[in-house]
Amino acid sequence: MAVDALKCKECSTEYPLDARFVCERCFGPLEVAYSREEDVDVDALRRRIQAGPQTIWRYADFLPLSSPPRSALPTGFTPLARADRLAERLGLGEVWVKNDTANPTHSFKDRVVSVALARAQELGFEVVACASTGNLAGAVAAHSAAAGLESYVFIPADLEEQKVLATGVYGTNLIAVRGSYDEVNRLCTELAGEHDWAFVNVNLRPYYGEGSKTIGFETAEQLGWELPDRVVCPVASGSLFTKIARGFEEWIDIGLLDGTLPTFNGAQAAGCSPVASAFAEGHEICRPVRDPDTIAKSLAIGNPADGPYALELARRTGGGIDAVTDDEIRDGVRLLAETTGIFTETAGGVTTAVLAKLAERGDIGADERVVIVITGDGLKTLDVARGTFETHEIDPSLEAFEAAVPTTVSA
Amino acid sequence: MAVLVKIPTQLRAVTDGEAEAEVGGGTVGEVLDSLFDRFGDLRERICDDGDLRRFVNVYVGGEDIRFLSGLETEVSDGDEVTILPAVAGGR
Repeated sequence: MAVDALKCKECSTEYPLDARFVCERCFGPLEVAYSREEDVDVDALRRRIQAGPQTIWRYADFLPLSSPPRSALPTGFTPLARADRLAERLGLGEVWVKNDTANPTHSFKDRVVSVALARAQELGFEVVACASTGNLAGAVAAHSAAAGLESYVFIPADLEEQKVLATGVYGTNLIAVRGSYDEVNRLCTELAGEHDWAFVNVNLRPYYGEGSKTIGFETAEQLGWELPDRVVCPVASGSLFTKIARGFEEWIDIGLLDGTLPTFNGAQAAGCSPVASAFAEGHEICRPVRDPDTIAKSLAIGNPADGPYALELARRTGGGIDAVTDDEIRDGVRLLAETTGIFTETAGGVTTAVLAKLAERGDIGADERVVIVITGDGLKTLDVARGTFETHEIDPSLEAFEAAVPTTVSA
Repeated sequence: MAVLVKIPTQLRAVTDGEAEAEVGGGTVGEVLDSLFDRFGDLRERICDDGDLRRFVNVYVGGEDIRFLSGLETEVSDGDEVTILPAVAGGR
């Protein structure tokens, strides 16, 4: 596909493909617009994709770059694991886990950063920056280090220590802002107007968002070029949620996939659920949450930029947006770990808990093929596991072991 | 009563390049009206049928006016009003 322009999602005004993110006519968000040639040879396109690298760059035809993309870190093509034990536990037919913990910095943010950074380099930027709740911070710091670019990473000061450590180690300029994520984001929006930097999720946001489409592409390819029936995915800004659908739509449109969009279920934490609340109340826009309070800090965006589009997608596909409590999130982390061997950060606990809620409510048909998107690694939010299990501390003797540990398997 | 309005780069094409403007008004709505009197093309950029467009955020002293009283939010002498596009990044 040819990359044509940046286009306003609200009023369709077009702009050149530079570093801009907001329509000057109506303040709507800008999105990359493509056009495709007529009479695409779908079989040849499929073969070209299959012959590509085992990274997101196998989908370069669908990404907004003008030159062949290069990145030092191998992002994407993460496993899609069939989760029969999880399905069985929940009384479901077929569940798959898109395991995006298996990315270079252990979250799906490597996808968006890889694309935004490649575009930033094409545009000649020498400094990269972001506002982040942690996962994006690590990805920006790592990919900038690999590319030899200077970076500035802005985070809320109360972030999980694991995420702070796993960002600072890459030698970035780390700025901890005393405020909420939304305040960090507002600061970065102002800074983007003053400094000639590539803020991946501000002035490079249209390119950044395109990286999330690759989860949709990979999922379909890994299912044997088929669409799932349902996708359960976390919602923070709503960008990932809507871009996965966009990826499916592009492939349906070009003929790589048959069928219609899956049902889309969004997952939020009850302590910060502006999109779930708007869905429940039938609103088209989200009322911002001022003081998010949840252990799922990577989802704690009180003022979600793509909230209206996430609502529209959930309604259009017959899905929904649900919210789960911190206790349900902890249970979700445990459930996924115990049944699949995948340790997710709290955001994945939110997603798994919403899957469990949908199953319990009877919303999921017995013959449905469901994909849940696990966006980050449990090592990023270790505290959630603390106190949830017992450790048997013993002296190094057989007697001590037999006395302390109840064994269920006989010798 | 004078309030300082901070104008984002995306709107400076219609404010003759001005990044700030000092205008009068007792509420955010009145402040914006004064601003539109000075820069006529600004109104349709950020308002639609008298309401703020859905991707426009306005802050008084750093607080989102949706947490206050919206366009009815009162402002006093020396307050700072900031207009920003509503993009949030994520994660």
